[in-house]
Amino acid sequence: MEALNNLLAGGAVQDVLFYVFAALTLLCAVLVIANPFSRSPVNSAMFLVLTIISMSGLFVLLHAFFLAAVQILVYAGAVMVLFLFVIMLLDLKEEARRKIKFFGFIAGIIAVGGIASAFFKTLATAKGGAAEPTLEGDTISLGKLLFTQYTLPFEIVSVLLLVAMVGVILLSKKKLE
Amino acid sequence: MHVGLHHYLFVSFMLFSLGLLGVILRRNLIVMYMSLELMLNAANLALVSFSRFNNKLDGQVLVFFIITVAAAEVAVGLALIVALYRKRQSAHVEDLTSMKL
Repeated sequence: MEALNNLLAGGAVQDVLFYVFAALTLLCAVLVIANPFSRSPVNSAMFLVLTIISMSGLFVLLHAFFLAAVQILVYAGAVMVLFLFVIMLLDLKEEARRKIKFFGFIAGIIAVGGIASAFFKTLATAKGGAAEPTLEGDTISLGKLLFTQYTLPFEIVSVLLLVAMVGVILLSKKKLE
Repeated sequence: MHVGLHHYLFVSFMLFSLGLLGVILRRNLIVMYMSLELMLNAANLALVSFSRFNNKLDGQVLVFFIITVAAAEVAVGLALIVALYRKRQSAHVEDLTSMKL
């Protein structure tokens, strides 16, 4: 047991787990947007669920335990069920493979290139941050912060949820006046 | 090499780029919407890793708010897509050109 704890604290296992989860996240994200076997939106939704679950693994590695749980509950649970519900409701057919537009391709290259240049420029000039992070994102400390320093945003978000709920009910009425 | 902030930021950058490419290149409204979710998740990952490596919890509170807002946004957006589908019988961006000049 002591040896296992030392191994976990040493970080070698965590490094390996990081690479596993990062590779899984990126692979599933590629399959969301460009699945070579099927263009069906249901497949995209399923791979998005896998992306989100492996991302919550990354959150656990970053010691954000509460957020990892919320990520699975809200995203993989509620949001993806909503997506699948709408896909099945609309009965979307498999999207036909059509040629990628030249303009869209150029726009994509330019956009990604711009972000990449900003990213690598920042990395080159940034300091690495704390060498030995000690932060623990457990529920107690997050809850304390949420109900002391961030009370007003918390209440505003609850109003936002109410507004969204009313808006959705209005939008999905049969006849829009 | 020890995994640090740079590694997490690189994963976040890749995830964001994939989402952006999905929004630009795919033509199905629902798949475009899923790519938007990918981009939001990439931002979340960057915020959580910044919060961890700067020893401040504020980033994680922000991620909590982002997840809440994203849930509301998905509900409203999907309701809009359903309303649009009822009118046009299509969830394909190339069929929705009535606002084109």
